Amino acid sequence: MDFTFTEDQLLFAESIKDFLQNEVTPESIRESWDSETGRSQDLWNKMVELGLTGMLVPEAQGGLGMREIDFVLIAQECGRVALPEPIVDTAMVVTPLLKDLVDKDPRCVSLLEKVATGETKVAIGHAANDLVSDAHIADYLLLTQGHQIHLLAKADVDLEAQQSVDPSRKLFAVKWEANDETLLINGSDGVGLLAATLNRAAVGTAAQLLGLSEKMVEMTVQYTQDREQFGKPIGTNQALKHHMANCAVKNEFAKAVLHRAAYTVTEKPVHGDFAVSHAKLAAGEAANLAAKNSIQCYGAMGYTWECDLHIFMKRAWALDKFWGHSGFHKYRLHQWLMNPNAKIGAEMTFGEQA
Amino acid sequence: MDLKYTDEQNAFRKEIRDWLAANVPAKPLQSFDTAEGFEQHREWEKKLSEGNWGLVTWPKEYGGRGCNLVEWLIFEEEYYRAKAPLRVNQNGIFLLGPTLMEYGTPEQKERFITKMAAGEEMWAQGWSEPNAGSDMAAIRSKAVRDGDDYVLNGQKVWSTRAVFADWVFCIFRTDPESSRHKGLSFILVPLDTPGITVRPIPQLDGLPGFAEIFFDDVRVPLENRLGGEGEGWNIAMATAGFERGLMLRSPARFQETAKRLVALYNAHRNDILDLSIEDKVVKCFMDAEAYALTTYQTACRLMKGGKIGPEASTNKIFWSELDQMMHETAMQILASRAELLPSSPAAGDVGTWLDGFLFAQSGPIYAGTNEIQRNIIAERMLGMPRK
Repeated sequence: MDFTFTEDQLLFAESIKDFLQNEVTPESIRESWDSETGRSQDLWNKMVELGLTGMLVPEAQGGLGMREIDFVLIAQECGRVALPEPIVDTAMVVTPLLKDLVDKDPRCVSLLEKVATGETKVAIGHAANDLVSDAHIADYLLLTQGHQIHLLAKADVDLEAQQSVDPSRKLFAVKWEANDETLLINGSDGVGLLAATLNRAAVGTAAQLLGLSEKMVEMTVQYTQDREQFGKPIGTNQALKHHMANCAVKNEFAKAVLHRAAYTVTEKPVHGDFAVSHAKLAAGEAANLAAKNSIQCYGAMGYTWECDLHIFMKRAWALDKFWGHSGFHKYRLHQWLMNPNAKIGAEMTFGEQA
Repeated sequence: MDLKYTDEQNAFRKEIRDWLAANVPAKPLQSFDTAEGFEQHREWEKKLSEGNWGLVTWPKEYGGRGCNLVEWLIFEEEYYRAKAPLRVNQNGIFLLGPTLMEYGTPEQKERFITKMAAGEEMWAQGWSEPNAGSDMAAIRSKAVRDGDDYVLNGQKVWSTRAVFADWVFCIFRTDPESSRHKGLSFILVPLDTPGITVRPIPQLDGLPGFAEIFFDDVRVPLENRLGGEGEGWNIAMATAGFERGLMLRSPARFQETAKRLVALYNAHRNDILDLSIEDKVVKCFMDAEAYALTTYQTACRLMKGGKIGPEASTNKIFWSELDQMMHETAMQILASRAELLPSSPAAGDVGTWLDGFLFAQSGPIYAGTNEIQRNIIAERMLGMPRK
């Protein structure tokens, strides 16, 4: 039993944190809102150079051959800066799916190689979401229909841009037609891959939500130190302290849940759905409370476009509903726990032991 | 990261499971807040000690097993799974014991730890006073040096287990000129010393779970002071750290309650009209699971040399509010029978939920109220301004 990250994992996450804090700021995000794509190719290239797009790509396809548990801390850091670029979806959702398809379809081999080198971008649609994010900058799209997974070039689909409350989010309704050529996988294999994809994506999203939540608490604490009323910082008031303390409790108790979920999708033990849905709900709850309590502590400033809080708040509101909204994940928990044969009890926390 | 138990850990689990299966009394003991129940629990402590299961995390030199924190968690899981009796000496073994190991003289360790480990001496805690509750630094009870003795005068209150315990560990003001955190000392007092009056205070369940203690010219030798004179505050804070941190509230207790809650829900689900109840049951279960995972993660981090920081204050809020939520939900499920004592002829399967519900009301209050914990989190963990 070792519920800790390795020194290497921690150091790498720390270095990516430093990189992201330097590169992705509220100012750079606001600039991106006025750009055509809302995305920076320059930043993407740097992230490719750091190995982020290839982290979970097998070494045979030029990647680092790492696993989901190696990426979860990085996904938290992506959330902390509200990174607009779809690095979490690429590294933690798209490439593991392509990897699972390598033996089924040779196109996936070359795609993996090109995603790792940064030459190609792939967006992904899934029944859990009505829309596809970042389809406009993608060269290819992985799309699903029933139990089937298809691969289409962007030229072969119609994109209809939607506008999100979060100006950084780029969402598209995709019109497309399936044919034998686009089909990658079908049947029960497809069902398994779609389920695994959803679980990986939900963990990646939960990680971003936790990062966002911690960031909102951090910036709000700073604001309550700087802002004075009645001749003293507003943060001296117990009501505000307790708002922030409540957020800290939620954040602290979402961490281990998230890391267990990341471990679970890496190792795929029996109760993966339960661990993943728990993580998505815990992180979503933490981020929603952080948003609510933060805007309350900021007061009228928090309700403005000028204040940076909304960059993080809106991302949290959006991601809480993406890759499985709370109803979906609660339903899975209910199904699991209320099953009369559910194996529950303290000794089952980590699943059945041999 | 490797979330599987090792073969040794699985073997350890089996060893404790087998021992408990053979030794846990078939009939539940009476409450340790009755004279008879207290003696029953004292006997149980001796039995645990004979099996060398009383103090698994204590070092072997003090009569423990030297278990690491993961083994401790496994022990607790099996302990609650077996429905073994509550630990009547928890003030001693979880709070004073570790404090003695850190601050005690060799003679004090020999004298006090040995008897505590053998299950022979039971301890109460004497910190709060009528005017020193959350504001503990306002302590006024005095210890005045007289030759080789301290002469104690004053009053302590909310002393858990003091009605039937043998000893009490207290904080007294040894420097009459001092104020607040300075000039306090940590003193160990036998409860049968002349001049001590213990007045039981019945708790919500009507039993004397705690007491007021009056000190009227009570003499104890100087060597009953733990740590240096005037260092009482720092030692008390270290003790409170044990209380708030990992040791007092192991996750297994809440996981066991959550499991019972799921069973209670399933037994009543056809009669339940309130659709939110199932959601609460699931939420309780998840939170108990979250508490366990977080404790495991902390335990593993500590085993690798990490330290407990101010984030430990989040623990107490989390488990105490979870305990309340679980018991509130059980009360809702039991509906009009929820108020019945188990002795009622119509009680049916109400079991011990009412006892647990009453006890859960104390969680957010004792060991530093949750409001104090929130202040600590805001100020020491998040860095919000004090003034």
